[in-house]
Amino acid sequence: MKKLLLGDFAVARGAWEAGVKVAAAYPGTPSTEITEELARYDDVYSEWSPNEKVALEVGIGASIRGARTIVSMKHVGLNVACDPLFTASYTGVNGGLVIAVADDPSVFSSQNEQDTRLTAVSAQVPVLEPSDSQEAKDFAKLAFELSEKYDTPVILRITTRVAHSQSLVELCDREVPQGKPYERNIPKYVMMPANARVKHTVVEERTRKLSEDSNEFAINRIEEGSKEIGIICAGGVYEYVKEALPDASVLKLGTVWPLPYKLIEKFAKSVKRCIVAEELAPHLETQIKAHGIAVEGKNIFPLCGEFSAKLIREKVLGETCEVRAENVPARPPVLCAGCPHRGVFYVLSKLKLNVLGDIGCYTLGAVPPLGSMDAVVCMGASIGMAIGFDKADPEAHKHSVAVIGDSTFIHSGITGLIDAVYNKAKVTVVILDNRTTGMTGHQNHPATGKTIKNEPTYELDLAQVCRAVGVEDVVTVDPGNLTALEQAVKSALANEGVSVVIAKKPCALLTKRLYKGFKVNEKCKKCKACLKLGCPAIVNGKDGITIDVSLCTECGLCQGVCKFGAIDGEVK
Amino acid sequence: MDILIVGVGGQGTLLASRVLGKYALDKGYDVKLSEVHGMAQRGGSVMTYVRIGEKIASPIIDEGSADFILAFEKLEALRYAHYLKPDGKILYSTQEIMPMPVVTGAAEYPQGIEKKLTGTGVDALSLALQAGNSKAANSVMLGALCKKLNFDRDAFEAALLSCIPQKTIDMNKTAFALGYAAVE
Repeated sequence: MKKLLLGDFAVARGAWEAGVKVAAAYPGTPSTEITEELARYDDVYSEWSPNEKVALEVGIGASIRGARTIVSMKHVGLNVACDPLFTASYTGVNGGLVIAVADDPSVFSSQNEQDTRLTAVSAQVPVLEPSDSQEAKDFAKLAFELSEKYDTPVILRITTRVAHSQSLVELCDREVPQGKPYERNIPKYVMMPANARVKHTVVEERTRKLSEDSNEFAINRIEEGSKEIGIICAGGVYEYVKEALPDASVLKLGTVWPLPYKLIEKFAKSVKRCIVAEELAPHLETQIKAHGIAVEGKNIFPLCGEFSAKLIREKVLGETCEVRAENVPARPPVLCAGCPHRGVFYVLSKLKLNVLGDIGCYTLGAVPPLGSMDAVVCMGASIGMAIGFDKADPEAHKHSVAVIGDSTFIHSGITGLIDAVYNKAKVTVVILDNRTTGMTGHQNHPATGKTIKNEPTYELDLAQVCRAVGVEDVVTVDPGNLTALEQAVKSALANEGVSVVIAKKPCALLTKRLYKGFKVNEKCKKCKACLKLGCPAIVNGKDGITIDVSLCTECGLCQGVCKFGAIDGEVK
Repeated sequence: MDILIVGVGGQGTLLASRVLGKYALDKGYDVKLSEVHGMAQRGGSVMTYVRIGEKIASPIIDEGSADFILAFEKLEALRYAHYLKPDGKILYSTQEIMPMPVVTGAAEYPQGIEKKLTGTGVDALSLALQAGNSKAANSVMLGALCKKLNFDRDAFEAALLSCIPQKTIDMNKTAFALGYAAVE
């Protein structure tokens, strides 16, 4: 039976068909849907872990204990998981261990554009890269086989375009392989110097053998065409190449690390012009050239952004197709109408504070008119940066705050808070507790009190966590109440120590209610105070200030800033 | 056939692509859809590609090559109009959603968009409110699309109804019919 599947769902399906028993992840666009889908299967244990490092450690444990296991994350999540990754490469596996990592060329929803293949080379972990949903499923299954055969974790690398495209997939049944018995094996699994030294040589030999064997893998194949141009490609780029150059010879690589050099050499010799087409880093090109094979690559292709069939035609054939785009105002993403973060950024903006930001929807607090953000780097960084502000400038704490989401705080903010208390920093931390992992599409986390399968579990109390690490000044406020919120922030800033303000209100998108929307009445003086909220539902048009009822969620924040009682509606 | 669906994050462009995908699949075609999830879905400009044919390679549609654009918002219709082939057509909602640079006064919402577009405008928001709620605007647009592209109405409507929550079926049916009747 064929089904239209999202690339992420196809990875999940492949893992399920391969008999996966354990799945762990921290949500991250564009990888989130892999684990969301796996959670729908009753015969797979799945979890949202607090962060990617924990997820991979759960995966390593499950693998050692004999289960086929998949751990999923986005490219920057792999940075968090690198510590266990680099040594899991040494220990190898018992049950197959597959790490699905989604890269984001063109940076649709990330803080950088790094290339997972380079990390994999450093970690000496093999990488498979599918081109569409069918391959996403097939390669996921193959990844488990290779993991067990070569005693290594295997990275299944996808990109946004593969993860978030849907194409047809032939579905198969689940086949659970015979369980792998667990036996204590100290030289294999206990990585202390004497064992690690031995394992390093094993890893080097494994990489050499995989490279050799991959010349025969069916997923590395030559598609013979015209001998004028030969393209070496993998992943989503293969589809653009087939679209743009249907007559060219193509070497399609399913393994992008280590590489099948004999096959590549044979292919390169068979064509007049051999070109590597790859998004982001010149990974294939560098490795191929280091092997003494002459190819073109980044001399014609860009290092940044995703490719397209048009780009391939342009760069390889020199064909250009000029189209004229209209010059229209940009439409950047904004905090949604009714977003509980809006009140917080309104207050921070009003008080003209320096804001050390973090990763989540609230990064959009940087966008005008709220425009309240000084720096955003990575998950959990806000608190550490606020400590740095304080240590660099003893006056900074009087006008600086760190803002961090509930899920991000649990991911890697808690350690920063411990540092603040331990090293006597003067910082104010605002935890934007919207009761969910918002940006990635509403996943549960330890403080929602629900598991990935929506089953009730222990609900982590964020205020208690803060007190437990030694923060004495902890208050919880409703960010819909602007007066109380402003008072709480001012009081925290005045404290010469660590203060935490928990702004607690559920994400507006969690309410599935249909709204009628608020209305502006004749008392409106067009003072535009409400426009400072940056609410997409408040429109300043030719008919004056109006509210777009298709967007309004009746949060009432605009009523809180209107001095004239000009907005009708009841907050429910 | 290459169809580009554009709009503002949160308007339901993903639903529209799912319905088109299901319809094409039911009719026995190869289909590729490509979507945007994540940050852009927060009120940003979004586009979804739908490619239907005997055998589809790339999931994305290049500029100057779309057969049809379905736009849920007027400014977004104009933003992506250059994706159309010379003989391509556009179907757009006349709804205006102000982007933040317009709200803050840094830019102006362009005037006279209708004159620059070769295609048909539908007052989807009014028709959706007539059907029961503004959220039904995407079903209005799908009704109009079905008529414009001469799709099999019963099969297309069935594809739509299979993709939405049970309790909103009546409202979406009404919205679909209003959209279907709104265009030639």
